[in-house]
Amino acid sequence: MQSSTTGGAASPKVELRNLNMRYFSLEGETEALKDISFSVAAGEFVAIIGQSGCGKSTLLSLISGILKPTAGTVLIDGRSVSGPTRKVGYMLQQDYLFEWRTILENAVLGAEIQGADIAAAQARAKELLTRYGLGQFLHHLPRQLSGGMRQRVALARTLCTEPDVVLLDEPFSALDSQTRLALADEVTEILRRERKTTILVTHDIAEAISMSERVIVLSRRPGQIKSDHPIRFASGDDEGRPTPFQARNAPEFNGYFNTLWQELEVHVEG
Amino acid sequence: MSKVERFAIPSASVQYREWLMRERRGRLTVRTAQVAILVVFLILWEVLPKAHIVNPLFTSYPSALWPTFLELLKETPRQASILTHTWFTVFATIIGFSAAMVLGTLIAAALWWWNDLYKVLDPYLVVANAMPKTAFVPIFYIWLGATLSVYGMSLAISLFIAILMIYNGFQGVDPNKIKLAQTFGATKGQLLTKVVLPGSIPTLIAALKVNVGLSLVGVVVGEFQSANIGLGFLIQYGSQIFKLNIVMTAITILAIVSSVMYLAISWLETAVMRRR
Repeated sequence: MQSSTTGGAASPKVELRNLNMRYFSLEGETEALKDISFSVAAGEFVAIIGQSGCGKSTLLSLISGILKPTAGTVLIDGRSVSGPTRKVGYMLQQDYLFEWRTILENAVLGAEIQGADIAAAQARAKELLTRYGLGQFLHHLPRQLSGGMRQRVALARTLCTEPDVVLLDEPFSALDSQTRLALADEVTEILRRERKTTILVTHDIAEAISMSERVIVLSRRPGQIKSDHPIRFASGDDEGRPTPFQARNAPEFNGYFNTLWQELEVHVEG
Repeated sequence: MSKVERFAIPSASVQYREWLMRERRGRLTVRTAQVAILVVFLILWEVLPKAHIVNPLFTSYPSALWPTFLELLKETPRQASILTHTWFTVFATIIGFSAAMVLGTLIAAALWWWNDLYKVLDPYLVVANAMPKTAFVPIFYIWLGATLSVYGMSLAISLFIAILMIYNGFQGVDPNKIKLAQTFGATKGQLLTKVVLPGSIPTLIAALKVNVGLSLVGVVVGEFQSANIGLGFLIQYGSQIFKLNIVMTAITILAIVSSVMYLAISWLETAVMRRR
């Protein structure tokens, strides 16, 4: 494991400085994000919440380097991001496994694209998949797996390239609610144990509170930072933090939920 | 791994066995009907000319085909064997659709790579595809000569539809799969070889299916005009000397050739799709 704790509070792992993002089309321009600045410490788990269309996914695409901001900079380990880097792993809303590749071949996709040592990547992928309970499915095809299993493969694919920073874009939104809760526990446990710096984007307030140490609220379009809440629970495991499932039953949970609910200004139309 | 297996009950219930029987009977009915249509067609073709309800000079009849076939099998100094004719037609068809698939894939890849190129060429491709290519048979004969014009027509008739189909397949690849590859820093070449091409295999097979039939059309039409060999030539020749036996034998062989090629592609499709 790369030591991601060396940075500390003094030099943030991820830093966003005055990010602006506009989309252009013949009909006009859309301001997706406006003046976004925040930083994430090494090993920190931050959730970003906001309503659909507030630019949450855009924010992750900017951090990952697959989109370039209209203005502002993204820094990772103090260096400006100009394209996708190996330090960042990005987990999308759905697994998007390639149906023509086996589970193992899917899991090593990132390593293959990055031109890394394939044998080493395969060994690592096998280990990850086995740890996630998929050891007997290495040579199966994606269509033979359930939604939860497929998303675990997607996690293995993301972590196989050994990123320091993991971006999660509503990674459980395509799953049924039980699988969703179970997988949230599993993924959080894995990411905490490996001390990954994690940025989770979601519109699910409960998911944000239960998984993260800090919740950033984005306003409606153009997305701006509205507030930044540390999430603390009195009870917890050895690390001092409850699992997402425990957090949902913690006494502090409702207070956080109500605060964030009001911040989000949810208006149901119609 | 199928879901049926998982819930299969060891001892089948009476209802299940009845259901199975009904299924089998249904399938048998369909097969019987299919065979019956062919048999009725052949009987009518045999009986109507023999009873002089239609002129046998115009239609020939099935029982005359086999003797004609045997006669055409013989190689004479003036006349090649019908097997040679068949082989030339099949060979030109294989060349035609193979060239259309390879060129079509390359051109579609180029259009995918340079989107502006596609935007510029789009109207020309659409018109080229809509053009009746057979209008060029005489011109191809002048330009390319007797043999090459047949290959040329076979390629021309299938190339543009191949380009359009394959390009549409490339466009149809899930953009999220492309985004996923980009998160790992994939280059454009990697997107093409690792995402777009393997993701378009079903489209490539669909294009192949269309092209095999079209190439055969191109070859036969080309042979009408220019060749002195091939089934198209034989049909043309037979009709000129008013020997419908020859024409009908050649057409029957064409029907068999296209069925075999269709079956070959279905087999290829099953083999490839088993991995999906």
